[in-house]
Amino acid sequence: MNAGIVTVSYIAASVLFILSLGGLSNQESARRGNLYGVIGMAIAILFTLFTPKMGGLELLVPVMLVGAAIGAVVAARVQMTAMPQLVAGFHSFVGLAAVLVGIANYLDTSIVYATRVERVIHEAEIFIGVFIGGLTFTGSIIAFGKLQGIIGSKPLAIPGRHGINFSMILFSIYLGGLFVGATPEHSQLMPLMVMTLVSFVLGAHLVMAIGGADMPVVVSMLNSYSGWAAAATGFMLSNDVLIVVGSLVGSSGAILSYIMCRAMARSFISVILGGFGVEAGTVVASSSAEQGTVTPITNDETAALLRESKSVIIIPGYGMAVAQAQHPVYEMTKFLRDRGCNVRFAIHPVAGRLPGHMNVLLAEAKVPYDIVLEMDEINEDFPSTDVAIVLGANDIVNPGAQDDPSSPIYGMPVLECWKAGTVIVSKRSMASGYSGVDNPLFYKDNTRMLFGDAKKTVEAVLAAVKQ
Amino acid sequence: MKIGIPKEIYPEEKRVAASPDSVKQLLKMGYQVVVESNAGMNAQFSDASYQAAGAEIAADAKSLWETADMVVKVRPPMQNQALGQHEADLLGEGRTLISFLWPAQNKDLLARLAARKATALSMDAVPRISRAQKLDALSSMANIAGYRAILEAAHHFGRFFTGQITAAGRVPPAKILVIGAGVAGLSAIGTAVSMGAVVRAFDTRPEVADQVKSMGAEFLMLDFEEDGTGEGGYAKTMSPEFIKAEMALFAEQAKEVDIIVTTALIPGVRAPILITEEMVKSMKQGSVVVDLAAEQGGNCEGLEPGQVVVKHGVTLIGYTDLPSRLPTQASNLYAQNICHLLKDMTKDGVFTVNLEDVVQRGTTVVHQGEVIWPAPKLPAPPPQKKAPPPPVSHGHGKHGSSGPPEDPKEKLQKIMTYMGVGGAALYLIGLAAPPAFLAHLTVFVLSCFIGYMIIWNVTPALHTPLMSVTNAISGIIVIGAMVQITAPSGIVVALSAIAALLAAINIAGGFLVTQRMLKMFRKE
Repeated sequence: MNAGIVTVSYIAASVLFILSLGGLSNQESARRGNLYGVIGMAIAILFTLFTPKMGGLELLVPVMLVGAAIGAVVAARVQMTAMPQLVAGFHSFVGLAAVLVGIANYLDTSIVYATRVERVIHEAEIFIGVFIGGLTFTGSIIAFGKLQGIIGSKPLAIPGRHGINFSMILFSIYLGGLFVGATPEHSQLMPLMVMTLVSFVLGAHLVMAIGGADMPVVVSMLNSYSGWAAAATGFMLSNDVLIVVGSLVGSSGAILSYIMCRAMARSFISVILGGFGVEAGTVVASSSAEQGTVTPITNDETAALLRESKSVIIIPGYGMAVAQAQHPVYEMTKFLRDRGCNVRFAIHPVAGRLPGHMNVLLAEAKVPYDIVLEMDEINEDFPSTDVAIVLGANDIVNPGAQDDPSSPIYGMPVLECWKAGTVIVSKRSMASGYSGVDNPLFYKDNTRMLFGDAKKTVEAVLAAVKQ
Repeated sequence: MKIGIPKEIYPEEKRVAASPDSVKQLLKMGYQVVVESNAGMNAQFSDASYQAAGAEIAADAKSLWETADMVVKVRPPMQNQALGQHEADLLGEGRTLISFLWPAQNKDLLARLAARKATALSMDAVPRISRAQKLDALSSMANIAGYRAILEAAHHFGRFFTGQITAAGRVPPAKILVIGAGVAGLSAIGTAVSMGAVVRAFDTRPEVADQVKSMGAEFLMLDFEEDGTGEGGYAKTMSPEFIKAEMALFAEQAKEVDIIVTTALIPGVRAPILITEEMVKSMKQGSVVVDLAAEQGGNCEGLEPGQVVVKHGVTLIGYTDLPSRLPTQASNLYAQNICHLLKDMTKDGVFTVNLEDVVQRGTTVVHQGEVIWPAPKLPAPPPQKKAPPPPVSHGHGKHGSSGPPEDPKEKLQKIMTYMGVGGAALYLIGLAAPPAFLAHLTVFVLSCFIGYMIIWNVTPALHTPLMSVTNAISGIIVIGAMVQITAPSGIVVALSAIAALLAAINIAGGFLVTQRMLKMFRKE
């Protein structure tokens, strides 16, 4: 098969990948989109296998089959609540693959350069690809550890850490100067290896400094990096399909990061610099002295309230995922909807630990997606709602974000649940949210606190409602 | 400690200070409860239901007052005709009494209780701060009074509230004016709106306008700058000019509306006259006025407290016992208020009065034989911060961004700067780079733009599948491993093989998990 055919196969694959992402614009076309992706990937791999100088199939095919088998098992077994970890884990694979391919490419002495400029560019591409790959690799491993609970989710704040990060970047640039275009060629290995280690440390350190609830941004950011790493590899190998995919993935991650940051009213830089709420030293003191008291409510009272409600909005947060409460929540939703109560879900962009995480969890629990609404779609409906139920969410329903300019989260768009007739807040305790900001919602007159584990509470309320 | 619940002896009083539910809660707190026989009869709570909840039943008032360490009732203590003794004297020495006491009007009663070395808590003296709302019995009763006021009006009004088109012809809706949008007023508004009436409301405090509107009524505005917010959220007396403007408004409304509900009370003074005899005369035949301020003299001229009278063809309702006319509801809520109060005042199962606490200090009017009413004034709440307008959540569709709008000129300048820098960078690259690199750069830049466009189109609900599918397609890096595995060097082959393994995991895992997730999304 000639090289022209391979190239056009890459064009076809690129188009299919674009269609694949485009398909995600709505639920109906999404599955077809995924199929396009699979076909695109199959085309790209098969036609590469049949390139004229392709060899080493006896090693390549078994290795890839083993990899595919591992991937299939993981995909079939993973819990939906563990999606953030899985995604972070996959990012680390891309990062490591980019590092390996980059180093292998450097070591491959069979490449002949036409001019010096060409060599400089090529080596710069290797260097950048390995650097981004290394960063992505360890950063994703740390993110995985934090999400999985292997590493504490608290931000690690080493004094002067911004300085350390900055000097690591400067050092890498210096190493880049040593590496690119240097002669003799074997003197290049040292700077490349040292830089790889530096990028590993930098990636780990960057993510260590970021706390649990900022993970949506971090995972999106790593998603972006994994894309740029692939794109850099594409430049290095002069392979356009890698460049196309890398830029698609890179911009996808960048946009997701931007959406997440906007939803937290924080700049991307401040999230990356990390240590939210810890930098300030302590929990931010609330500005109003009279906080008032909270009014608790029992499961039975909640059930009675729900029985009489015509419209209910449920606001799930990370707490629901932790408690695995989505299944009883759906049971309750179904029961109430059968009784004619309009139950809907309101999803804040940063609810959970991954963009869109809550949607997936609710979908897993069989909640139809047409009653799961985004913040902008549902915020206007709270005043006409009888009961809003906040399940394991905190900062995303903090009225201080709108009316208290001294609040650290002032300006963050929030779900205006307090405008509903009654707000029921299911929470383990009175601890403040991730940002360490006290939540005036809990002290509002129409707020009732339902203390306890989200799953057990919902189950108890469901039992009581059914009576 | 034993809590006694006597039967109310005020004529026609149907409420009682405990319900079987509240008895259960009191027992949980560590109290014993004794209820006078038939105390809850009028509120539909039988002796048996109290017993089932765990209360003892006292055969008569005398034995109840003797055994109870604390007596909880609704109305202030009064002369018990049957026993020939005042209830305050029936209270054992050094015991505790909780009820409505109206300390301002009942100074003698306070002295009488003090003489018994009693501790007395007045449910009407609960400070109006947010954390005390759950024990604010006045609000509970006002809510019921507002509801009942509309029912009384409906009962005496000869027409439907709701407008209808019937086969026989069109029925216009009733028009209702509610004056004073406190708890009672809002409750009246809500009830009337739910019955289909057209409701307007007036209040001197402009900040209640939103609440009125949220209940579905129209808020009548005076073209006049004066804020009527007084201490503790109550209204205050307004300036003569304001009152004049206000009366003109009422006179005009009286001609138009069918029902007027007045709830205007100013603490410590006679209720202001808002509806003059002239206005009553101007109302349509068959109209109704319900005056919730009847006990304080009434807002309507010609009204007789406690009575229903018809003057100039208009029914004037001056009942002073509206909460008692909904006895089960009123008793339930009152009992609940009592429970909240006692919960706050019970430490390890023992009743304690903590005079440092503003709520308990305000509510306690006699403490161990000493009249301590009125409580020192609460420090005025800090003036409300004028919050800047909340950040508008932009209906941004796809490309929205928050933040202040930029000056278009500045924005243009910014764009020009970016373009300049970008252009310069491209120029430099173009000078040095070989054509092959430039071809790839073209692909790269265009792909970034395609990515930007299609990713903004992805619905937020599918962001997680988006990430997993990007995981899968970034496994395309496998091609990098594949083309290098043919290299002569062993290390290169090994590194490429590992990279191929990792990428294959991503490809298979990413696509399959995406498929699994997407299958879950279903429509109803």
